[in-house]
Amino acid sequence: MSKISEFLDLWGDQIIEAILQTFQMTSIALLISILIGLPLAAFLVLTRQGARLENKYVYGFLNTVINVIRSVPFIILLFFILPFTKFIVGTSIGVKGVIVPLVVYTAPYIARLMESALLEVDRGVLEAYEAMGIPTKKIIWNVLVRESRPAIVLGLTIATIGLIGATAMAGLVGAGGLGDLAYRFGHLRYEADVMYVTVFLLIVLVQGLQTAGNVIAARLRKD
Amino acid sequence: MIKLQNVSKTFVTKKGKVEALKNVSLEVKKGEIFGVIGYSGAGKSTLIRTVNLLEKPSEGTVSVNGTELTKLSPNKLSASRKKIGMIFQGFNLLKTATVYENISIPLRLSGLPKAEIDNRVKKYLSIVGIESKSDSYPSQLSGGQKQRVAIARAIAHEPEILLSDEATSALDPDTTEAILDLLLKINEELGITILLITHEMKVIQKICDRVAVMENGEVVENGSVLDVFTAPRHETTKRFVNSIFHHQLPEALLTKLKETGSIVSLSFVDNTSGEPTLALVSKKFNVFPNILSGTITQLKDVPYGKLIVHLQGDDSEIDRAVEFLEQQHVLVEGVKRNDVKNKRIS
Ligand SMILES: Nc1ncnc2c1ncn2[C@@H]1O[C@H](COP(=O)(O)OP(=O)(O)OP(=O)(O)O)[C@@H](O)[C@H]1O
Ligand SMILES: [Mg+2]
Repeated sequence: MSKISEFLDLWGDQIIEAILQTFQMTSIALLISILIGLPLAAFLVLTRQGARLENKYVYGFLNTVINVIRSVPFIILLFFILPFTKFIVGTSIGVKGVIVPLVVYTAPYIARLMESALLEVDRGVLEAYEAMGIPTKKIIWNVLVRESRPAIVLGLTIATIGLIGATAMAGLVGAGGLGDLAYRFGHLRYEADVMYVTVFLLIVLVQGLQTAGNVIAARLRKD
Repeated sequence: MIKLQNVSKTFVTKKGKVEALKNVSLEVKKGEIFGVIGYSGAGKSTLIRTVNLLEKPSEGTVSVNGTELTKLSPNKLSASRKKIGMIFQGFNLLKTATVYENISIPLRLSGLPKAEIDNRVKKYLSIVGIESKSDSYPSQLSGGQKQRVAIARAIAHEPEILLSDEATSALDPDTTEAILDLLLKINEELGITILLITHEMKVIQKICDRVAVMENGEVVENGSVLDVFTAPRHETTKRFVNSIFHHQLPEALLTKLKETGSIVSLSFVDNTSGEPTLALVSKKFNVFPNILSGTITQLKDVPYGKLIVHLQGDDSEIDRAVEFLEQQHVLVEGVKRNDVKNKRIS
């Protein structure tokens, strides 16, 4: 017992701060990535061959850009786009500085995941709504996105977990977080306990997210 | 009401061009049920989809109620589409929405006020007879019930026209009957003009006023159901008409019977009942009619029968008997010798 309180006295504050930093980076980056990724996915689905707004060039361009970005590992991307990051947010360090690479990394991933989610929607249903004279914009949100909510939730769960993994490298630009804590203290200063605790926390976090994602998706699924 | 003029549609695919519609002209009148029948790949779906421009014709014009849809801007087209309901073989309902929502969501997206939406959903659910399923999800419904929801969704917009793309093809015979009855009711009570496509003769037979037969992207025959049934001209039409009569007689028997007379097929329409006329034949002429097979069926509300009869007697007597039958408004068709090979005769 005393050992635990001793540990908490020593590390408690830092762990809590690291958790908050991880949450902060993940949630901000996730939100922005969804805002970029979901419309991208809708574009991909609508411009692909045989779709309503079929357009070889738009589809081909988006498809290539997404593939190119997705081929670069996060740790390389982080440094590779430093000038871009600096241009966008004025700094390349701290939480602010890491959001840009996190978004650049995650948005294309989300676009891919959402694309496959949206493709699950039966084209016949979209056509039925088109036949009722409902404009495409409304169909995208009220039919396409609505019908694929279960798959979207599962996709976002996967993306979030990937994002948490990426935030572990945020320490490299001084943004903190659980990964940074484990690296700086657990690895560099041989504090094995800190390492164990952060790993444990990450496991709990990922498990919790996946379970929540599964439950929500199951609730939304009606067939 | 609906007028297609010289409509052609060519799909360009990697494998080459597919001419799904070739110069099709068709007119559907207000208040009628018009059926288009054809085998798979004939171009029926493509045809019906050009009516609301889900498929843009490569050539020709589509007019609904005097408005040329092919010339409208996207906005105006949306407005016109609201007056054209459509149902499908696959129902095409939202899986994640209840029955109620499946009908209310399109109404909401069309900008109807809330109270009006509620009224309409309830009204049309009751017309199609599934009020009790209001809170169910499509996965909890049978095929027939799903099609009822789809019908309610289509007519809740209070359209003037209903397009039906094989709406009963995925249903069992009893459910098909029930859905056809519902379509008939919608046509008669709500005055909605219906254009339907099908590959099943019983659909045409039961509810259609007029019919067009399609083959290879062309309309090969078209007219009132009665005319087309009683005097089919095109080979495909004949095959469809024969599909509702199952006169399958053993070849050996036919060959044997032909030695002692002729085998003819007699068609009766409306109140011309077959039997008394045949009885008269045997009385008036030296001919013995022998009914080999027969079916009486219904064309919407007209009874229609077909008998395969062996007329035993001398050729001259048979000729006179046939003449007499024709005077009695019975359609007489002889069976040619080489037809016997086909086993199914007409
Ligand atoms: N989007 C498309 N692209 C290319 N070819 C098409 C397309 N839609 C239809 N076709 C072709 O056009 C022809 C007519 O098809 P259509 O679907 O209209 O036939 P159908 O009479 O409805 O047949 P079924 O009874 O099987 O539904 C077919 O040869 C089909 O392969
Ligand atoms: Mg079809």
